[in-house]
Amino acid sequence: MTEVCLSNVVKDYGKFRAVHGIDLSIQDGEFVVLVGPSGCGKSTTLRMIAGLEDISGGEITIGGRVVNDLPPRERNISMVFQNYALYPHMTVRENLGFSLKIAKADAARIGAAVKEAAEILGLNELMDRKPSELSGGQRQRVAMGRAIVRHPDVFLFDEPLSNLDAKLRTQMRVEIKKLHQRVGNTIIYVTHDQVEAMTLADRIVLMRDGHIVQVGTPLDLFNAPVSTFVATFIGSPPMNLIDGRVTDADTISLAGGPAVPVPVGVRGLVKSGQKIQLGFRADNLMPDGHSVQEGGEMTALDLTVTLTEPLGTETLLFTEVAGTEVQAKMLNPRPVRPGETLKFHLMLDKCHVFDAASSEAIRR
Amino acid sequence: MDHNLTHRNRKRALKTLHFIVLFLTMSIICIPGLWIVLNSFRPTVEIMAKPPVWNPSFTLEHYRAMFGGAGEGGVPVFSYFRNSLIVSVTSTLIAILIGMSGGYAFARYRFKGKSGYFVGLMLFRAVPGVALSLPLFIVFARLGIIDTHFGLILAYVAMNVPFTIWLTDGFFRQIPKELHEAAEIDGCTRWQAFWRVEFPVARSGVASAAIFAFLTSWNEFALASQLTRSVGSKTMPVGLLDFTAEFTINWGGMCALAVLMIVPALILTFIVQKHLIAGLTFGGVKG
Repeated sequence: MTEVCLSNVVKDYGKFRAVHGIDLSIQDGEFVVLVGPSGCGKSTTLRMIAGLEDISGGEITIGGRVVNDLPPRERNISMVFQNYALYPHMTVRENLGFSLKIAKADAARIGAAVKEAAEILGLNELMDRKPSELSGGQRQRVAMGRAIVRHPDVFLFDEPLSNLDAKLRTQMRVEIKKLHQRVGNTIIYVTHDQVEAMTLADRIVLMRDGHIVQVGTPLDLFNAPVSTFVATFIGSPPMNLIDGRVTDADTISLAGGPAVPVPVGVRGLVKSGQKIQLGFRADNLMPDGHSVQEGGEMTALDLTVTLTEPLGTETLLFTEVAGTEVQAKMLNPRPVRPGETLKFHLMLDKCHVFDAASSEAIRR
Repeated sequence: MDHNLTHRNRKRALKTLHFIVLFLTMSIICIPGLWIVLNSFRPTVEIMAKPPVWNPSFTLEHYRAMFGGAGEGGVPVFSYFRNSLIVSVTSTLIAILIGMSGGYAFARYRFKGKSGYFVGLMLFRAVPGVALSLPLFIVFARLGIIDTHFGLILAYVAMNVPFTIWLTDGFFRQIPKELHEAAEIDGCTRWQAFWRVEFPVARSGVASAAIFAFLTSWNEFALASQLTRSVGSKTMPVGLLDFTAEFTINWGGMCALAVLMIVPALILTFIVQKHLIAGLTFGGVKG
């Protein structure tokens, strides 16, 4: 059993506090992704778990053992770095076997473990090459191989895909997920890319300015963001947000624009006169005749298209509601010229309402 | 068409100019060395001839005399060579050990007054060695380490350490810190991570620092001429002075000894030059 627990973990750099007492408990075999904009403390948190950074306060346990003051080598973890950090003077084989060699394992055991890792990651052809003779994707694979050879309790990934091109990134993403399904270890993965977070994670930990903003499954964060920050960070395109005011218990008047009914879900939770932000995803604003017809509360808006982005199965339509640019999604697209005015349906029951002052979601 | 032609002509002219400048520079560097080698094989009459003799005759007379007895213009070549070797190799080894540790510390650790120390080391380099020779002489004489290998080694280590630190610091700085972090996660102690990962990667840098330190010690004259007196400690550059008498200078003999001095340095440089070509090591990280 190797759960990883962080309780009230703090990191200070001089007077600057990079991580503000975070609490997090990661189950055995769970794939947890720490995500957030740069400088949010996600990498620092990972490096504290790895033992590469000292902990200024709080406690970290791995498998029930407090590791605060243990050096990295005694934590039984392995880590994949953003720049791979392969040993340039060793061949792939030596790179893979290095940790076992340091542990003074006998040659037969090293050979077997290296062979197993090489097979899992398809490195057999490359074993006698030096890292400088490998492509980016191959180096990435060797770095992952080096991590799995030791059978660690926990894998740590620090933005492992950000140096790869888009196509390779998608491919390696799948390989990482397959690797997790195959070895089943606990994985803590840091990225700034919300797509990686959504696709890989069992649970996402969204961080900002050294605090945890929301923890949950990808769909939790997508469907029930706790704040406008989560709403705009998770999902592509980001959630549309429009300023508005509750005029009476049933109506929201969007700044200088149309009025829409208060979504059923939050009726009774908003006060008349309260300033709010109405949030909805592009999927929930669709032109008439190009939407998924389903029941539920809708309201119709006539909007003028300013820009189109055809993506094949769908087209993103840029338009303006109450002076704010919003994106809508058109399924089974037909050509649309900028300037055309279309009738759109806004699915009210999929809308989110955030308090304008605190940016927090208003929800039952 | 015209435009293309002028462009091509200009390119050609630039290339020629480039070649001429290179040739002149190399001549300035190489001709004195060549002259020493040529003179060591010429009879004294030809060395002194004005105008110079362009197709010289060949003789080994100077070498024979140099290795000959004291009365025949001989000098204790083997003693000098041994002294030079002991002093240079030992001081290089010590300077590299200290300098590498220092360079690593400057590259990897943060500590109070770091940049101050660094500038201080560089300023120390700015002091001409000769200026230190008198104070050194007095101190060494008091300590009784004048005219010993130990004294000279001490002086050379002090001279070489700042430069070694500066050079190795640059090389260690180029190595991403993730390499030792990866090694530590793989089970190394900090010490193992250094010797098994960072040192091998920085090998070429350390090798070039060693070559510089060795050549500095091997060729140093000003301090050695003050701090050594007897055959038991004189190094080869000081030995060259044996060829100057009150009224005459034995140029041929001096050149012959100089050739003997140059040869080991050349051989060593050739051996290590593979390492001097840096860049063979990188690629373990994103490249």
